[in-house]
Amino acid sequence: MKVIVAVKRVVDYNVKIRVKADKTGVELSNVKMSMNPFDEIGVEEAVRLKEAGVASEVVAVSIGPAQAQETIRTALAMGADRGILIKTDEEVQPLAVAKLLKAVVEAEAPQIVILGKQAIDDDSNQTGQMLAALLGWAQGTFASKVALGDGKATVTREVDGGLQTVELKLPAVVTTDLRLNEPRYASLPNIMKAKKKPIDEKTPADLGVDIAPRLKTLKVEEPPKRQAGRKVASVEELVQALKNEAGVI
Amino acid sequence: MDFDFTPEQEAIREALARTCARYDLDYWRQRDSDGRFPEDFVADLARGGWLGIAMPREYGGAGLGVTEACIMMQAIAESGAGMSGVSAVHINIFGPNPIAVFGSEEQKRRFLPPLIAGRDRACFGVTEPDAGLDTSSIRTRAEWNGRRYLVHGQKVWTSTAQSANKITLLARTTPIERCASPYEGISLFYTDLDRAHAEVREIDKMGRKCVDSNQVFFDAMPVPKEDLIGEEGQGFRYLLHSLNPERALIGAEAVGIGRAALARAANYARERVVFGRPIGQNQAIQHPLAENWMELEAANLMVFKAAALYDRGRPCGAEANAAKYLAAEAAFKACTQAVMTHGGFGYAKEYHVERFLREVLIARIAPVSPQLILSFIAEKVLGLPKSY
Repeated sequence: MKVIVAVKRVVDYNVKIRVKADKTGVELSNVKMSMNPFDEIGVEEAVRLKEAGVASEVVAVSIGPAQAQETIRTALAMGADRGILIKTDEEVQPLAVAKLLKAVVEAEAPQIVILGKQAIDDDSNQTGQMLAALLGWAQGTFASKVALGDGKATVTREVDGGLQTVELKLPAVVTTDLRLNEPRYASLPNIMKAKKKPIDEKTPADLGVDIAPRLKTLKVEEPPKRQAGRKVASVEELVQALKNEAGVI
Repeated sequence: MDFDFTPEQEAIREALARTCARYDLDYWRQRDSDGRFPEDFVADLARGGWLGIAMPREYGGAGLGVTEACIMMQAIAESGAGMSGVSAVHINIFGPNPIAVFGSEEQKRRFLPPLIAGRDRACFGVTEPDAGLDTSSIRTRAEWNGRRYLVHGQKVWTSTAQSANKITLLARTTPIERCASPYEGISLFYTDLDRAHAEVREIDKMGRKCVDSNQVFFDAMPVPKEDLIGEEGQGFRYLLHSLNPERALIGAEAVGIGRAALARAANYARERVVFGRPIGQNQAIQHPLAENWMELEAANLMVFKAAALYDRGRPCGAEANAAKYLAAEAAFKACTQAVMTHGGFGYAKEYHVERFLREVLIARIAPVSPQLILSFIAEKVLGLPKSY
């Protein structure tokens, strides 16, 4: 069975984000970029499926500028077999990403597509759901456990009230939550092997997808500075403060 | 001229930084106090294939150069592991170099794979109490008795000999009086450290407690002919071959530990508020740290220049020596400044910078003193008369 994993190049989670002076977005020049951590969990899950003999091939797909190739290389170093880069310097919003992935899925015919539940840059949490809808496939989002059976997948989902287990008919879309697995670090031999694995390059036009943005960003601002806290002397004072000053109880 | 690492080199640094992140500052502080060898850390690196970074591919290594080995060792030091972390694997990275270059096919097949897999641990027996930097006057001798060599003598500063099962050993096979030059008649062996004939005594030392340094006493330790590397009598020349890469590696490690200290100092200077303002707002605090950054990064350029020259097969003696000198001095200054920036807390183990300061001295002292490097540059680069 073939598995496709989507990987996005985002600002590294350790970087202190700064808003651009003109408020059009965040500063990306000279900033360390890495694979979206949820996608890393997706790659790990796919590679584990392959190691367990369930998956036969793992294909990592990324959409973005030429440097997104490095993100694909990271997936290849973790154990993916080959990559597809859909190269564009334009802004690609979740709907366009879903459409592009749909075109890849139609060409590759995988049994399962694994995506991060969201990317840590825009936190949209839309692509997986949109992709499932466009394909008319089943979806198991926020997965904390995935078990593949004969023509079906059992996915444990992290929902507000606890854990929900759903059974999906394959092919299906799965999005990963934090606790699905702990991604491995690339080993040196695998970094060396990754160099030789093929990365196919396409453009949105090759796939016949219109990626024109449907949403317009008005402005990006820093969150308000957090005010210093205050110590209270007793529970009574705390309750009074919560009631009268904060107005939360 | 290209100052960027390749994506592959970046991937190496990144993967190591993440591997090392599992072993945080408290882990190393613990090792510094209990003295336990960081077995789990080394096993982790072996599992990731890192110990074979500069070993030939045919024997399970990655076949990369000194540049990549420098990136690796720097990433380990910079993670906060300092010399405790790098010394635990340093010998595995550069020690087998003579085997890889001068060993026979059979030796490479026999020796390299278990080293890379971390099954064998090698120590390095070169320095002697009465020889020091003057390696040609070593007294340890390997006598051929018709069937095998028997080693007699004493080595000092042999790191990891407490747990090593192998030793790279330099010994005289022809008495110095019978050699045309003092640099001849010395042979290089890679052999079992046979504890029935070798007594290992640990040296209690200032820092890096978890990676043991030792005195080793040999009493007729048998060494088979198959464990002689290359030709008998050519050992000194073989050893020279790995000196320049080692200097570059030490330089890279020093810059790493310096950066770790500087990062903590800058962080503390930003957060510590005295007289109503962060102490880092004072130029007396921030200027020395800025200077540390400049010195470390300049030294780093020399480190990678030396590594690049070596990897291209070009002479790099001056650069490798300069790299080790500049990096060690810059890192020592940075570690000292990091302690001073922390004030009283810098003296407390909880803040970790005092460990960096104790450990960074290794890079100043070993494997060659700063004074001897100055003499080398004066003589070889500037053409001044030899002073020693």
